[in-house]
Amino acid sequence: MSAFSAIGEEREIDRDEFTPGIEPQATWCPGCGDFGVLKALKQAMPEVGKNPDEVALFTGIGCSGKLNSYFNSYGFHTIHGRSLPVARAAKLANPNLEVIAAGGDGDGYGIGGNHLIHTARENHDMTYIVFNNEIFGLTKGQTSPTSPKGHKSKTQPHGSAKSPIRPLSQSLNAGATYIARTAAVNPNQAKEIIAEAIEHDGFAHIDFLTQCPTWNKDAKHYVPYTDVQQSDEFDFDVSDRVEAAEMMRKTEERLYEGEVLTGRMYVEDARPSYGAEKRAIGEMPEEPLAERYFDEDAEWERTYDNLLEHHK
Amino acid sequence: MTDNELIWRIAGGSGDGIDSTSQNFAKALMRSGLHVFTHRHYPSRIRGGHTYVEVRAKDEPVQSRGDGYNFLLALGDSFARNPQEEAYYGKEELKPLYENFEELREGGVLLYDEGLLDEEDVEEIELEEAAEENGWHVVPMDLRGIAKEHGREIMRNTAGIGATAAILDIGTEEFEGLIEQNMAGDMQEANLNVLQDAYDAASELDIDHDIEVPENSHDEEQVILSGSNAISYGALDEGCRFISGYPMTPWTDVFTIMSQHLPEFGGISEQVEDEIAAAALALGASHAGVKAMSGSSGGGFALMSEPLGLAEMTETPIVLVEAMRAGPSTGMPTKPEQADLEHVLYTSQGDSARVVFAPANIRECYTQTRAAFRIAYEYQIPAIVVYDQKIQGELRNLPASHFDEEPNADPGSVLTEEEIQDAAHHSSGKFQRFLHEPEDGSNVSPRSVPGQKDGRYLATGNEHNPSGHISEDPENRIAQMNRRLNKLDDIRADLDENAGHQTYYGPDDADYGVLVWGSQQDTVFEAVDRLNENGHSVKALGVSDMMPYPVEEVSEWLDSVDEALVVEMNATAQFRGLTQKEIGKYGDKMSSLLKYNGNPFEPAEIVDGFESSINGEDLAATNMKYLPAAGD
Repeated sequence: MSAFSAIGEEREIDRDEFTPGIEPQATWCPGCGDFGVLKALKQAMPEVGKNPDEVALFTGIGCSGKLNSYFNSYGFHTIHGRSLPVARAAKLANPNLEVIAAGGDGDGYGIGGNHLIHTARENHDMTYIVFNNEIFGLTKGQTSPTSPKGHKSKTQPHGSAKSPIRPLSQSLNAGATYIARTAAVNPNQAKEIIAEAIEHDGFAHIDFLTQCPTWNKDAKHYVPYTDVQQSDEFDFDVSDRVEAAEMMRKTEERLYEGEVLTGRMYVEDARPSYGAEKRAIGEMPEEPLAERYFDEDAEWERTYDNLLEHHK
Repeated sequence: MTDNELIWRIAGGSGDGIDSTSQNFAKALMRSGLHVFTHRHYPSRIRGGHTYVEVRAKDEPVQSRGDGYNFLLALGDSFARNPQEEAYYGKEELKPLYENFEELREGGVLLYDEGLLDEEDVEEIELEEAAEENGWHVVPMDLRGIAKEHGREIMRNTAGIGATAAILDIGTEEFEGLIEQNMAGDMQEANLNVLQDAYDAASELDIDHDIEVPENSHDEEQVILSGSNAISYGALDEGCRFISGYPMTPWTDVFTIMSQHLPEFGGISEQVEDEIAAAALALGASHAGVKAMSGSSGGGFALMSEPLGLAEMTETPIVLVEAMRAGPSTGMPTKPEQADLEHVLYTSQGDSARVVFAPANIRECYTQTRAAFRIAYEYQIPAIVVYDQKIQGELRNLPASHFDEEPNADPGSVLTEEEIQDAAHHSSGKFQRFLHEPEDGSNVSPRSVPGQKDGRYLATGNEHNPSGHISEDPENRIAQMNRRLNKLDDIRADLDENAGHQTYYGPDDADYGVLVWGSQQDTVFEAVDRLNENGHSVKALGVSDMMPYPVEEVSEWLDSVDEALVVEMNATAQFRGLTQKEIGKYGDKMSSLLKYNGNPFEPAEIVDGFESSINGEDLAATNMKYLPAAGD
């Protein structure tokens, strides 16, 4: 019997269960795109049949990092840029948990960029939502890794000389197996994409455009947007790496020309998740490791019996 | 003068098999009934560069590397980059023969491979003159020739062992046993032949010398292992089944040993992108209910600073190990130093709430790593085991029974689902993970684990209220800070009652004291014996608990002596500074003997340092530095 009875519990889930009684109202600025992520995430939960006690949400630092103050589940608000390494170990420790990580564009593409590359490379079975508002919000409007070239701010007074990072292309190269872009202004698509990402068996990266009405007025509100799956203009095979790469490049470039393209960019179902790979080579137990610590009958190996012979 | 101990040094280049040969040599001597201890010295290079290992053997437990050596097996550096040239590094091929010449004791034996080392070169270093002056017994042998005759050149080391056995008259039985155990087929046969041939050839030389290898037998079964082994085994026996890390010398050893054994122990090892991730993964695993560890050395540990603070703030138990090497920065990667004490005590922003143990030897590496896990998980606090390159690599024998202990996988202060139902919840249903006043009157508020029904809470690096939600309320702040910091007092009381990590040595009523921490402890103990033999009145105290500091114990001990010499392997007397800070007095009683040249103390140095300090003599000409007491 599992020591974690919330996991896999069969019951109807109501999205309101995910609203915490302690902080039901988020403190983001009026009109902030972050509300869109929260709403879509809550709406996706009944669809994927997960209850608050089987979901572990790991966040970074920034406005986006406060997501788990307003989302009622197990939460770990970590440190700037490090939500992914904390999250993926929780998944290894207990693969039955539904693990979601979230953070901003500075958090995920700047300070935590290395972790994103490696977590995608390893293809951990988890969902990563990046709140991309092309700005540092909570620290009051500095240029971020996704701010357009020429972006002026107090830290880049003459305009940024840097080209913005290409989050989708980079994730594809790194090895993510589900990559999508959605926007706060498109709640239905956002909910569907989050649900798909959670159900995807592998690393799912969602670049979530979240307008910042306070510090990034230039970026508009990501309207109008085009859903590339619904548009006749973009006919590409989402499972084809080469076509996906082309689509991503277009999506990234056009954003800075004022055209907002959203939708599924790449979906690869064949590649096993990291946990499966690790179990296949005998480097991870078949049963969730965390269960063992709660099993009173578990037998624990002793070094005296197993390892000392070699030293005699 | 007859030496009744053996300090056998095997010297060659990195890649010449110096390490494995010395391990087998030490194990064979242990099996023959002797007590053994090894000291490793190697450069940060893959191939070439002077590497040596000393094996000290006695008929009583060996405390330290000893002073100098009395038998040198100089294989020469077969991987030297510029074997024949006077390069930047000197005559590399020859270095294993002449470097540290002066430490070979009077009457010692110097056996070298004339098959590799050119006769003319050897003449150049004036070996004969030096030998005459010091009464050394020089034995050139063509070890390479013997090796090649039966097998491959790399078997020069086996030939060296055979010749050593003949010269010391200790027989080849145990060496043969090890070859038969470790090798098979042609390899085994070739090595056995090389061993025998070299033994016979050396026997014929009939070397006369002053080393008398003692005879002894063990009362109980012995094992020989390193500090890295003992730390790893302590972790495994305490139920650790998750490690995450990034390679860095000298911590890599523990990471490697754990990674080798975790799969068969049902655990998980993760090699990750950097040390920030390494510490963060250990946190994530622990948060999800698994006993987890990570570790690194100086620079890598610096990267763990922020996750370490997160562990303190979220009260997530983890164990980190820090294998010190000489700093600052990249420093001297393969050389020992004890200069990261302040680093591990205070790194990360805010007031530290962590536990730090510094085991002094292999025995303590096992027990204190176990204690680190127990304390970390019971008290929901990060615990650090700080050790150094010396303990990491040195091998020592001890009774196998030391490890005959029951495992303890208890995850500490974690609730079961049934207990969660009865525990405090916020009116909205959120579990109160961080109670201001936990029910049992302790400062530990028990946790739930993700997946447990009705246990959801928020862990955050922000200051937080009982359910974990962010709060900057002043009263809440004080309550949470006090509870987190007060755990250190509880842990001190627990350790005083259950652990006994401090080690007392020498006569209780001695006038002088030597205070020491970590890897230099047992060397100090050996020096204390000699000082008492020399007519001084000296005792020693080895301290392992760095945080929470054993204020009462050390105060009482300092009170009982007239003066104390604090011995440590760094330049700024960090442990003495800690002691003064923690106790707040005795600054005028403590002077320091420091060494930071990349080599651990030898007992004779401590004897000299002690005598010089009480006689007011200058230490400038030595490898050491003396720092007077406050006010002196």
